[in-house]
Amino acid sequence: MSITHPNLRLTKLAGATPAWMGDIQAQDLQPICQNIHDGGGRLVALWGSDRRATQQGFALHTLLVNETGLICLNLPLEEDHPAYPDISRIFPAANRMQRAVYDLLGIYAHEGGDHRKWLRHGAWHGGSFPLRKDFNAAQSRTDELDAYPFVPVEGIGVHEIPVGPVHAGIIEPGHFRFSILGEKVLRLEERLGYTHKGTEKLFESMTLQQGAKLAGRVSGDSAVAYAWAYSMAAESIAHVTPPDRALWLRALLLERERVANHLGDLGYLGNDVALSFGFAQFWILKEQLLRNNAALFGHRYLKDKIIPGGVAADLSAESKHVIEKECAMLEREVRLLRGIYDEHAGMQDRFIGAGRVEPKLAARLGLCGLAGRASSQAWDARVQFPCAPYDKLDVQLATYRNGDVAARVIVRFDELFESLRLQREILVNLMHGDELALPLEKLPGNGFGIGMAEGWRGEVVVAIHTDTEGNLARVHPHDPSWQNWPVLEHAVLGNIVPDFPLINKSFNLSYSGHDL
Amino acid sequence: MMAMDQTLGILFQLCQSLLVVMLAPLLMGWVGQCRAWLQNRSGPGLLQPYRSLRKLFHKDAVLAHNASPLFRATPYILFGCMWLAAAIIPIIAVDLPFSPAADVIALVGVFALARVFISLAAMDIGTAFGSLGARREMLVSFLAEPALLMVFFTSSLISHSTQLPHIVDTFAHHEFVLYPSLAFAGLAFVIVLLAENARIPVDNPSTHLELTMVHEAMILEYSARHLALVEWASSLKLLAYISIGIALFLPHGIAEVGNWGALPLAIAALLTKLALAGAGLALLETFLAKMRIFRVPEFLGTAFLLAVLGLLIHFLLGA
Repeated sequence: MSITHPNLRLTKLAGATPAWMGDIQAQDLQPICQNIHDGGGRLVALWGSDRRATQQGFALHTLLVNETGLICLNLPLEEDHPAYPDISRIFPAANRMQRAVYDLLGIYAHEGGDHRKWLRHGAWHGGSFPLRKDFNAAQSRTDELDAYPFVPVEGIGVHEIPVGPVHAGIIEPGHFRFSILGEKVLRLEERLGYTHKGTEKLFESMTLQQGAKLAGRVSGDSAVAYAWAYSMAAESIAHVTPPDRALWLRALLLERERVANHLGDLGYLGNDVALSFGFAQFWILKEQLLRNNAALFGHRYLKDKIIPGGVAADLSAESKHVIEKECAMLEREVRLLRGIYDEHAGMQDRFIGAGRVEPKLAARLGLCGLAGRASSQAWDARVQFPCAPYDKLDVQLATYRNGDVAARVIVRFDELFESLRLQREILVNLMHGDELALPLEKLPGNGFGIGMAEGWRGEVVVAIHTDTEGNLARVHPHDPSWQNWPVLEHAVLGNIVPDFPLINKSFNLSYSGHDL
Repeated sequence: MMAMDQTLGILFQLCQSLLVVMLAPLLMGWVGQCRAWLQNRSGPGLLQPYRSLRKLFHKDAVLAHNASPLFRATPYILFGCMWLAAAIIPIIAVDLPFSPAADVIALVGVFALARVFISLAAMDIGTAFGSLGARREMLVSFLAEPALLMVFFTSSLISHSTQLPHIVDTFAHHEFVLYPSLAFAGLAFVIVLLAENARIPVDNPSTHLELTMVHEAMILEYSARHLALVEWASSLKLLAYISIGIALFLPHGIAEVGNWGALPLAIAALLTKLALAGAGLALLETFLAKMRIFRVPEFLGTAFLLAVLGLLIHFLLGA
């Protein structure tokens, strides 16, 4: 591990993802983060846990990544004043995570500039914290109005447009506050948390198997990525390696999820510039893929097919043939459609230059996943930290440097073709007759594990803490949308208001995975 | 004989008025159906606009607390203006009793009147989207209107009249002449038609993205019967525009003065032309993407330029 700090003792975690863990003191948090940042590393996730039942007080967990792997810093916090040094100046993406940690657990960042609430709207009152073990839901109910101070922009002719959370179409809830001058966007401020439903709290009352089902439902479009990350974390705690065939099947499912989402997004991007032809064509292809999923695996969105210890679906020789034919068909059709998209002057005029995120800004703000790769941020867990079977697949990274809507479209097309190639290669390597899953009923006590999977949107991470009996004490699913939502506020600056929906769609970030 | 002609004339005027108001939603349905077919979809069917209108008329209207009488009156004014426009344009016969009112400049005025009211109503309730839509509508229309007038002037110069029945009569019933100036005017008119009727590439009538809307943003606060009237007025406007297009550029087949026997053929010709125009519109909307809003001035500038070219050609060639 290439990180040097006198007070840091790292221990390697078992499992498929290269990850290290170390306990630190409060005064070391900022220097270590700075150290990682200077070495080109990023913040991946930030969460807290209530350890009063097993150890003492609370703890803050900071998950960082550099070129060698994941580093989880555990910072114990006292019970009375659980506070830690602010790291949002080093990693801007930490701002909202820190605020969410306060809303849910009551542990807070010293000297952090922005202390507004983030996930709490009006569902519970400010003095109670849902993720604490002694939280009483009935007593925490409140009817208080949801007051949230947006940053005002002043000047002659400047005015605000509030959009959402109820929209003109049936889409997910989020509030966007535009400060505009004419049609030009001077500032955009997001307000999320409308789909907060207590997912993390729910995990704590579940068995390992129930948790796997819930993980697949954190964000409906990334069911496979979450289920894999969750299972990987559990397997890391239990020191279990799933059978070979299960791993190959997992990769197949993950690539199918990627293809389905990219097809859907490419259609939507056509629809948002009123090219309904593209919308219809891509959605016909997506629908065929989903139907094949239902026929081959028993679920259109492949939910509950990855379980701790292995997979819950098999693939027969005939099914292989179906996928091969489907890949050939998709390859042919998408190539044709890509030609149409590329040559459509009206469409390219809308795409090129819209919502540009310069590589420098992307690096500064920690833009990750697909949107990051469109701005030269070459991170892909399948390439950098290839767990089996990706270590045998030689995944080609799709990056582009322009960082505009057109670049995000190009990356989607490139990844789509790469996914089709990977599916074919997986089918070739998929051996018959192996077992599909190892028995994994219960986890050992006082365990901690991390799983990471490169979902279609970016890196999906799940961290699991178990209590003394091996039950789920704390599960933290992390969606790449946490990093990318704030960047959207920057991407839209200087663009015109009617281009926002297109820019937003080119990121296509998760509400559910973020609001939890 | 004179009295009989007059009675018949009034009867046919009534027929045309009823015909356009009943036919307008069908035209919308036809355009929607053609778009669906062109996009590999099965589509909701030709009668969908009627079903939507029926649904809307059966709902209870919801009004914003601060809505003024202007907001409530606007759907009726809008509907009235569009109905009037669609009813007086000579589409089946040239000498109906209301025909003298069908002056092209007056028509532009009727459309402008409706636009003033819908824009005021959009700003009346004070939502961000209403004002946003009204502002964009004004941007589009103040560029479209001069282009439309130029198109009309080209035809007026050829026929020496600004009265539509007279223009139609000149083109349809005298010796057949090809007017190169009209080719330019026709292109300009298509662009204006797309812009004025909130069609792709200027606006997207089927979008749900409120930030991109022009026309739809203005009517977001309308519901039930008010919304039904606004939607119906939109379809009447499209019908009126296509009718103007037919009257100016393809009037052949329309019944001559006093020749009532030619009416059945005239109606058949009209329906065929409307169907073709609707299919053409659907085709355009399928292969065009919506342009960035600041490209619209260039687009409409092109329309104006084409119309002016038409005028120039008329003066240069005398045709």
